[in-house]
Amino acid sequence: MSTLSLHQIRKQFGDVVAVHEMNLHVNHGEFLCILGPSGCGKSTALRMIAGFEEPTAGDIRIDDRSIGMLPPNKRPTAMVFQKYTLWPHMRVYENIAFGLRLHGFSRKDIDEKVKGALELVGLPAYGKRFPSQLSGGEQQRIALARALVLQPKILLLDEPFSNLDALLRVRLREELRRIQRQVNITAIFVTHDQEEALSLADRIAVMNKGRIEQLDHPSRIYEQPQTLFVADFIGVMNLLPAHQDGGEIIIGSYRMPVPSGNEYSGDVTLAVRPEDLAIVPSGSDAAWNGQVEHVIDLGHYRKVLVRTEHMGVLKVYLPKAVDVREATTLALQPTRYTIFRDHQTPIEVHAGSVPQLSLQGMA
Amino acid sequence: MTTVTITSIPFIRFFRREGIGILWLIGLIFGIVLPILTVLLWAFAIKWRYPSVLPTEWGLDFWMETLSRADIRRALPNSIALSVLVTVLSAVICLPASFAFARLQFRGKQGLLLSFLFTNAFPRFGLYIAIAVIFFRFKLVGTFAGVVVIQLLNTLLLMIWIPTAAFQGVDRALEEAGLDVGASPLQVFIQITLPMVFPALFAALLLTFVNTFYETYGALLIGAPNVLTIPVIMFPLINNQPIPQFGAILSLVLFAPSVVLLLFANRLLRGGYLTAGFGV
Repeated sequence: MSTLSLHQIRKQFGDVVAVHEMNLHVNHGEFLCILGPSGCGKSTALRMIAGFEEPTAGDIRIDDRSIGMLPPNKRPTAMVFQKYTLWPHMRVYENIAFGLRLHGFSRKDIDEKVKGALELVGLPAYGKRFPSQLSGGEQQRIALARALVLQPKILLLDEPFSNLDALLRVRLREELRRIQRQVNITAIFVTHDQEEALSLADRIAVMNKGRIEQLDHPSRIYEQPQTLFVADFIGVMNLLPAHQDGGEIIIGSYRMPVPSGNEYSGDVTLAVRPEDLAIVPSGSDAAWNGQVEHVIDLGHYRKVLVRTEHMGVLKVYLPKAVDVREATTLALQPTRYTIFRDHQTPIEVHAGSVPQLSLQGMA
Repeated sequence: MTTVTITSIPFIRFFRREGIGILWLIGLIFGIVLPILTVLLWAFAIKWRYPSVLPTEWGLDFWMETLSRADIRRALPNSIALSVLVTVLSAVICLPASFAFARLQFRGKQGLLLSFLFTNAFPRFGLYIAIAVIFFRFKLVGTFAGVVVIQLLNTLLLMIWIPTAAFQGVDRALEEAGLDVGASPLQVFIQITLPMVFPALFAALLLTFVNTFYETYGALLIGAPNVLTIPVIMFPLINNQPIPQFGAILSLVLFAPSVVLLLFANRLLRGGYLTAGFGV
């Protein structure tokens, strides 16, 4: 049973603060993704757990024992790096056996463990090859085997698939998840790829500018973003500047009621997912009118850009069945949206039953 | 009547296409192959008189005679001892320095690295004379130690620059991966970093050895007449002796280490080790 916790971890490089007082608790067997744009401090956080960077302040604990003072070679963590880091002068077998030898295992045990690890990553016959003879995907699998063979308490992965092509990335992602469940290890996976995070993680920590903006289950990260950054960063979102006047949102010439108890006066931002914009009969008072500017066919659905008078261009996802073309006039209404106000909990609004127009006959 | 243009003559066409290559080939044959071949033939010739194309009498007689000459018997161990000592000292001084250049950030690093070019930026002979004046004051002229110091100066550039490039070429992530699986920093250095830079280090050591073995002017100015090396001996032998065999044989002796270097370099290049060491 291995848990990891970070207490008020801070990292400063000169005047630049890479990670602000970060708190995080990872449960045993959990797969946690740290997701964020480049430069948000996610890799620095991971490298502090591995011991490659020393925190400026704070404490790191594994199974409630502080490891902050231990050098990287004494920590019960193992890392898979973004770059291919197999040692080029050693064969695959030696690469995996290297750590075992340092830990004083017998030759027989080493042999058994290396073979087991190769088996686990699906490359049992690769022991005699040199890293230069492997593809990128194979190298990262061996790197995973090398990390797992030591039975670390925490597995750390620093964008391990970002150098691979898209198809392979998806395949390895699934395989990683299977292996992680099989060996039942606590894993922390750093990525800037939200699809990767959403499909892999038990929980996601979205980081921005050295801070965790939201720590939540993948579906909640998408459905209920707690900050504007998360709303914008995860998935596609229409962010609309608006004004709230007491119990009413004013956006352009439109006025929409706010659920009672959320009265406020000042500037707000409305966040609406493209799939939460529905087509309503034109002429409806509450409808946002616009003209289709561009239609992008994405296979099973269409991404439609609609130019409106007061809200700029809206992104709308529509099913294939809806016949829209450029210059079609559309009336839209949000079925669900979130209101973000400065430093306050966002308000989620379900517009309830908005009358849906039958789609035929729209000109 | 058919008109014959110049380009329709096959030979001319061939020459127009391959002209520069052919000129190079001729240049190489006259500039390198023939002189070396002549040296090689002279070394094993006993009699070779005009107008014979090849020696008329072959044998190793002159080898015996050359290698048993008193001055050469003294110079050969001198040369070897000097080359070994300079190589070892240079490694001891330069390798840690090059590691520092590759890994540490310190003020004036670039300037210091470039400063090793200075010894190569001035005419050698003038530099040696200036150094000889200083050495004279320290009573280093005519001593083995003096020759060692002047040769060390020559090796600095090579022994700093090549290993620095090699150490820089090792990806830090590879070393971190070593730490990560439990190796101490020393273990990482010995078992991961060193094997990866080894080919480049070996090439630098071999080049240092060969350069020191060959070097003439410094050895001549500082060492002569007390400390003589093979190249220093060669000068009067070639200039004053009517017997060309002496010069030819000594040339071959001097040739030996660089042949070893070339063979090794060839193997390194084929194995891709050299470029691997440079992180290419």
